[in-house]
Amino acid sequence: MPDGAAPVLDVRDLKTVFHTRSGEVHAVNAVSFALKPGELLGVVGESGSGKSVTMMSLIGLLPTPPAELRGGQVLFDGEDLLKVPDKRLRALRGKRIGFVFQDPMTSLNPVFTVGFQIMEPLRKHMGMTKDQARKRAQELLELVGIPDAARRLKDFPHQFSGGMRQRVMIAIALACDPDVLIADEPTTALDVTIQAQILELMKELRERLGMAVIWITHDLGVIAEIADRVLVMYGGQVVEQAPVAELFGNPQHPYTRALLQTVPSLTGAREERLHVIEGQPPILRAAPQSCPFRDRCTHAFDRCARENPARRPVGPGHDAACFWDAPANRPHHEPKAAIP
Amino acid sequence: MFTYTVRRLLLAIPTLLFISLIIFLLLDLAPGDPTAQLPLTIPPEVREKIRESLGLGQPVYVRYLLWLKQFLVAEPLHVFDTMFGTGFADGMQRVISWQTRSPVADIIAQRMPQTLWVVGLSYVIGTLIALPIGIISAYRQYSWFDQIGALVSMIGYSVPTFFTGVLLIVVFAVNLGWFPSIYDTTHVVDSWDAFVFQVRQMAMPVFVLALYNAAQISRFMRASMLDNLAQDYVRTARAKGMSEKVVVLLHVLRNSMIPVVTVIALGVPTIFGGAIITEQVFKVNGLGQLLITAIYANDIPMVQTLTFIFAVLIVLFNLIADVLYGMLDPRIRYD
Repeated sequence: MPDGAAPVLDVRDLKTVFHTRSGEVHAVNAVSFALKPGELLGVVGESGSGKSVTMMSLIGLLPTPPAELRGGQVLFDGEDLLKVPDKRLRALRGKRIGFVFQDPMTSLNPVFTVGFQIMEPLRKHMGMTKDQARKRAQELLELVGIPDAARRLKDFPHQFSGGMRQRVMIAIALACDPDVLIADEPTTALDVTIQAQILELMKELRERLGMAVIWITHDLGVIAEIADRVLVMYGGQVVEQAPVAELFGNPQHPYTRALLQTVPSLTGAREERLHVIEGQPPILRAAPQSCPFRDRCTHAFDRCARENPARRPVGPGHDAACFWDAPANRPHHEPKAAIP
Repeated sequence: MFTYTVRRLLLAIPTLLFISLIIFLLLDLAPGDPTAQLPLTIPPEVREKIRESLGLGQPVYVRYLLWLKQFLVAEPLHVFDTMFGTGFADGMQRVISWQTRSPVADIIAQRMPQTLWVVGLSYVIGTLIALPIGIISAYRQYSWFDQIGALVSMIGYSVPTFFTGVLLIVVFAVNLGWFPSIYDTTHVVDSWDAFVFQVRQMAMPVFVLALYNAAQISRFMRASMLDNLAQDYVRTARAKGMSEKVVVLLHVLRNSMIPVVTVIALGVPTIFGGAIITEQVFKVNGLGQLLITAIYANDIPMVQTLTFIFAVLIVLFNLIADVLYGMLDPRIRYD
């Protein structure tokens, strides 16, 4: 990946709040990250960590209300996406920023043919005629590896299997040759063999088309497989950010370390039990004034309750939001001892 | 789809024959005497003669089969004759009303236009109002529009039509004098003024029934829209950069119409049934009123025929609803 290139997407201090009956929920708290052209950025975190909400906020896909974008900047090609009118946002969505969602079984409209659904953005954004769009849709289906594409354009979503539908979703997302593809847990709902196929397909497509990809997942195995760089999210904020090899080799944030411990290993000695991270992620009623991971952290000390740590550099291209200094290059499985 | 439709139509034949038998037996069991309304001075033996002349002396299965023959053979042939000037039905006994001694089919043909105009128009208007209200209510859920829509629907659905009808008559016909309180069937529309009068006399019954229909259908529409607005494919459509108009009126509406079209289609037979109560309140002498008077007068052939026609329409529109369902929803295939 070209290093030092201007980011295609630059997110600064993004804050998203949901208004609910029981008060505000601060789902995204001052999230900042940059996406370089052609890069595959993995975003990991458990359910409720704010990964999906962050990405939906970027491009106005959250219903407002109940959501409210309370601050920050999303710079895409010199424009702040949080300030542009809806119309401009719609012109970018599907054209320069593509989306693939988690559940392919429900993400396609059941009453329209797959061809119609692929052709829709082509006709709207690229101004293609019906025939041009159909031709392009056929190419796209071939690109994502659906056999007999010309005939399958006339089929409805229910005539496709889950994996095939996800391929269709990818074809829709790629239709207008986007600069950025946001994939929100695209393989989570698929079984393992299909998951592997989709991963292979994505790797291949990225090489061929050269777009930047944000890949949201809670599966660290997937991240290890495809990502260039990783964001670890917890409690609506980015707690650690590093190139993929660095993150797996030298995790700094206690949450990342704990997360890595939860992955069962095929090699090495068999352990007694899988590690779990005790407790639940917090539901933030207000912008956090302390470290959101403090209650579940084995290294927490009194400062963690007073201040919310900011991200600080801990290595080349690597930063973490923690006051605790992790001993470098320690093996992952360390004793659970509280640091005084 | 075609074979499915044909199969369903064939299956409808035994169903309808069975229904006609049930209706016939029920009416036969019902108490009442067709001569009861004749003057008391008529001696019993003459009454018995009258009953025999009406065919009541014969066993029930003979009467049933005779009615079937009259309804299924004589009446269609008669229609054919009047259309093409042929004489196939000559000498055949038609279904005769005991009240008026004229063919039941002719009376129904006379009454049909009033019902279709008043009740049919109210159904069309009700549906046309209900669909946009349902769509907007769902899209702007809990907005003031939705709240008012919910309130009006609740009133329209829960207050009976005989109450709203009488209320309208008292306010707009008696006190304000804007509309006539009685529907004049003999009124002929031959000039602009006559047309205006026709509109005025239809206004109140149509409003009462349209309110009722709109209340029901708009709630269905709203619920169906809400179901679909929360679906993942809506987010996909937005992520593709589609305008809200396309998202709501193409992607969501197309899905939401599937159950609503079924409800609308199943409601159509009730139009022909006439709004019995509303027709009574506004003195519209349509099919509903015809049925009521026939029941009062023990006019069995009339009641039997009308009820059976309703049954045919219900079976038919059930089939139409199923076929429409299959056409709108590609996931449903009948082959």
